[in-house]
Amino acid sequence: MAYNFDWSVLWRQPYGMWLLQGLWVTIKIGFLAWIIALSLGIVIGTLRVTPWKFLRLFSSAYTELFRNIPFLVQLFFWYYAGPMLLGDRLGHYVNQIMGLNYYVAIFALGIYTASRVAEHMRAGFASIGKEQYQAVLSTGMTQFQMYRYVIIPYALRIILPPLTTEFLTIFKNSSIAMTIGVAELTFMSYRIDAETFHGLEATTGAMFIYLLLGLTVVRIMGFIESKFKIPGMIGR
Amino acid sequence: MIEIKNVSKWFGDFQVLKDINETIQKGQTMVICGPSGSGKSTLLRCINGLEPYQKGEIIVDGESLSDPKTNLYKLRQKIGMVFQRFELYPHMTVLKNITLAPMKVLKKSKKEAEKKAMELLERVGIPDKAHEYPANLSGGQQQRVAIARSLAMEPEYMLFDEPTSALDPEMINEVLDVMVDLAKEGMTMIVVTHEMGFAREVADEIIFMDEGRIIERGSDEEFFTNPKNERTKLFLSQILV
Ligand SMILES: Nc1ncnc2c1ncn2[C@@H]1O[C@H](COP(=O)(O)OP(=O)(O)OP(=O)(O)O)[C@@H](O)[C@H]1O
Ligand SMILES: [Mg+2]
Repeated sequence: MAYNFDWSVLWRQPYGMWLLQGLWVTIKIGFLAWIIALSLGIVIGTLRVTPWKFLRLFSSAYTELFRNIPFLVQLFFWYYAGPMLLGDRLGHYVNQIMGLNYYVAIFALGIYTASRVAEHMRAGFASIGKEQYQAVLSTGMTQFQMYRYVIIPYALRIILPPLTTEFLTIFKNSSIAMTIGVAELTFMSYRIDAETFHGLEATTGAMFIYLLLGLTVVRIMGFIESKFKIPGMIGR
Repeated sequence: MIEIKNVSKWFGDFQVLKDINETIQKGQTMVICGPSGSGKSTLLRCINGLEPYQKGEIIVDGESLSDPKTNLYKLRQKIGMVFQRFELYPHMTVLKNITLAPMKVLKKSKKEAEKKAMELLERVGIPDKAHEYPANLSGGQQQRVAIARSLAMEPEYMLFDEPTSALDPEMINEVLDVMVDLAKEGMTMIVVTHEMGFAREVADEIIFMDEGRIIERGSDEEFFTNPKNERTKLFLSQILV
């Protein structure tokens, strides 16, 4: 039996709206998780190279833990076991939060991606010469001031290209949130399939939307890269 | 005054500094020379606490660097350092390079810090480069910015680690001129260099290091024309063409 294409599921109501709603959720998860990933990743990555052994141990444990466990498993863990970690009363309360799965997805994706950002930070720090650090300290700055004002801004500029990749990946990984029922883009394309049996069109539509989203992110990051490019550094 | 007393330092099993004794009085310029690997840079880094040492004592204005009560960050505020490869912050303009520490460490206002920075740039001869990035400057200009950056903290001592050895020959003098002026204005300086013309002109004392030891010291023409040690003689004959 031949398959009857019906591309109108991509814009016919309510399906077209569903895709847009899904896209909006995907964008929100991606952005919010990225804020967590970037800020936490910078902190963890920096702790990893500080002179204090305890902090170094803590941050390497963090990085190894989160980047070596599949993200799907982490997501399930936070969603099903996470509230229990908070103890009976708080856990019970948390379980009743409306849209808990959405928040868990942001949290899980954020702290998972933070471990990857931390690794990039470490590579960035390592590519800055030892004497550059000494030059900063020789002006009387403290360790904190040195990282805060010179080394972190410098390292971030060096690792902008891999950070672009991570930012893209976070949107792609956000599709995994459908496994805990978050109504993001992939979830919505499945939902259209379930209602109309036109999954092929719906999935193709979702693919194109992801592609456009990705290309937009690349454009934005390209703009940021050109704005923060270190003069004299070889362009990529 | 900087006093270095019986200082020894090891990297693992390898002894880099062997029982170093030296005193630098306020206002003096000391030149350190010696072959590669003799420990010159290490000694400089010990003096501002960038490297620890295992034996002996370094005392800056009465404060011992190895005393745990000494605040090294505070101490470094009065000891500027200039590096062979300039080590400017490549992602900041010249002006930001110079004003950063005064603003963050000395809590100067931006206006105040910039005024001082412009004076310093004037002094090292490149006020027109204030808004350039380091990469757009020649080596000699970058090194002069690095000197200005150190001076912006109004240090009492300046350490120079081969400040001209990464420079093309035609730029060496523009940096040395700045250093000569500094020395003549009474800055206390410790300079690792093989520029013997500079040493002859401003050094109050010259020390020659070899394998972690000071094996010769001199304060005048004697050092160049009639060194006592054979190693010094050989070394000088190689660099004084
Ligand atoms: N962090 C370190 N770990 C181990 N060995 C080191 C370290 N830093 C320096 N060394 C060794 O200590 C010795 C002295 O080094 P230093 O850089 O002080 O020499 P230098 O006199 O400045 O030489 P150059 O003229 O080449 O700059 C060298 O043999 C060097 O390999
Ligand atoms: Mg050296």
